[in-house]
Amino acid sequence: MTDAIRAEGLVKRFKGKTALDGVDLTAKSGAVLGVLGPNGSGKTTTVRILSTLLRPDAGHATVGGFDVVSQPHEVRRQIGLTGQYAAVDAELTGTQNLVLIARLLGFGRTDARARAKELLERFGLSDAADRPAKTYSGGMRRRLDLAASLVGRPALLYLDEPTTGLDPHSRIGLWEVVRGLVSDGVTVLLTTQYLEEADQLADDIMVLDHGRVISRGTPEELKNRAGDQVLQLRTVDPAQLPLASRIVEAVTSTPVTTDGLLVSVPVTDSGVLPETVRRLDEQGVAVAELSLRRPSLDEVFLALTGHTAEDETAGRPANEGISA
Amino acid sequence: MSAVTTRPRSAPRGGELVAPVRITPLTAVQHGLQLAWRSVLKIKANPEEVFGLMLQPVMFVTLFVFVFGQAMMGDWQTYRDFLMPGIIAQSVIFATMGTGFSLSQDVEKGIFDRFRSLPIARSAPLTGAILGDLVRYSITVVMVMLVGLAIGFRPEGGVGGVVVASALVLLFAFALCWMSAFVGMMARTPMAVQSFAMILLFPLTFGSSAFVSPDDMPAWLAPIAANNPVTHVVDAMRALMLGGDAAGPVAWTLFWSVVITAVFFPLAVWAYRRRT
Repeated sequence: MTDAIRAEGLVKRFKGKTALDGVDLTAKSGAVLGVLGPNGSGKTTTVRILSTLLRPDAGHATVGGFDVVSQPHEVRRQIGLTGQYAAVDAELTGTQNLVLIARLLGFGRTDARARAKELLERFGLSDAADRPAKTYSGGMRRRLDLAASLVGRPALLYLDEPTTGLDPHSRIGLWEVVRGLVSDGVTVLLTTQYLEEADQLADDIMVLDHGRVISRGTPEELKNRAGDQVLQLRTVDPAQLPLASRIVEAVTSTPVTTDGLLVSVPVTDSGVLPETVRRLDEQGVAVAELSLRRPSLDEVFLALTGHTAEDETAGRPANEGISA
Repeated sequence: MSAVTTRPRSAPRGGELVAPVRITPLTAVQHGLQLAWRSVLKIKANPEEVFGLMLQPVMFVTLFVFVFGQAMMGDWQTYRDFLMPGIIAQSVIFATMGTGFSLSQDVEKGIFDRFRSLPIARSAPLTGAILGDLVRYSITVVMVMLVGLAIGFRPEGGVGGVVVASALVLLFAFALCWMSAFVGMMARTPMAVQSFAMILLFPLTFGSSAFVSPDDMPAWLAPIAANNPVTHVVDAMRALMLGGDAAGPVAWTLFWSVVITAVFFPLAVWAYRRRT
């Protein structure tokens, strides 16, 4: 497999603030690379450098074998970009938006119309083809935006937080579209702050935090790194929770965390499960739910960064929080 | 599949490229025209814009002629003839504000990023916006002129004089819209562009010969107004439309158009390139 994107030591500073602090990155051809991180971790800056919109202050990157700084035009011929917000013309209709891009890319008048029609059909926008994009729902706008980035049949697609702000239904719809593109052989670089999204779509994940890559690997590898499995237990009677916690702690010899009615504990040996069940039974604890599962990427992120993806400030020194 | 797929091209895995391998001056012009087409479509699609383009001239001409006419020159007909060239210039100059405003909007909405990530001429989004706006300015000139005709404005210069005067003000607007584009690329938000443009354009148009002759202004203001570039534009248009010696003010208008373009075209391009 060849690499569609290769980047080494990317550094970018904005007015003294370091947005990227030496990012290395490789995206395999035909695969989905997920770039995972909270707001301000450098995801968008990475995408903007790789799509020729920003010049790196240090380091270099090639896309499809072309250098993003010295051969930007060649790079642009390979890529499609869907940014964080739907970059479509609200006043123009779906068809007009796509025809404009097609014409700019060198399609003839007839071909441009045909390409627009084909894409609108593919993204379920045929009925709205002749309506101004401002009448579209959020999900429809994102799909039109995605369609616009696909007009030139790019070999490589950047999706910068494509589902931020979408309802769950539209989000799952967009995931389906991305899977369809990957099956067509398109390489996808996806940034997201939704851990589930990276888990669902990505073949490889790199985790960014404050402009640095803090971890990379397959979703499975990342999960393994953050502990093998998680045992979760819920009691029927909340009053029995402390007793259940003590039993689980005794069996696993690991401190448990309790969240409301839920006891969770990372485990390395799945043999603890039958032992836990036996002891709970002996003590007469009525169990509502008992499960052994892979850790979520949320838990992975917590294990890797010391703070959760949603809580950006938690990982910083405490005095920063006080002075603010 | 469309006929497009039968064209010869280099086709990497999963991709089929139709975009030009190299940007030539010809493709740059094509891209600019296609983006100008976008601007024109946007005018058509935006009812407020159409409303503004149509109604603002009616409002301005009617208000100025009938409210101030008699007080200014004894009867509204005389003031109408004096005012018409000035109000055409004022309307077009205010319309140039739209160039910076819409550019700034495109940046804010990420549409510029889309264009900049396409394999098209770097200059196209800028030239396209400005070409499209020239259409808007032309509509403004025609609308104001129609309102004037409706209330009895019959310029002695005839069709020829009106056409040349219109071309002159459009040339001046073309120069000014580079300034507007520069402001648009520098400002953080479209609203900032609007405030800045208002502060600049109100004194520029009202402190000129557009509405009142500088001779009737206080001594400290008169020389400023007399040397205001807008005064030269309006005086040139007045001479061309109503008769009089046009050579001097026309030369000044050309001079100012060149100077403003020479200063603000490079600045606009610079601001456009640095805007990320």
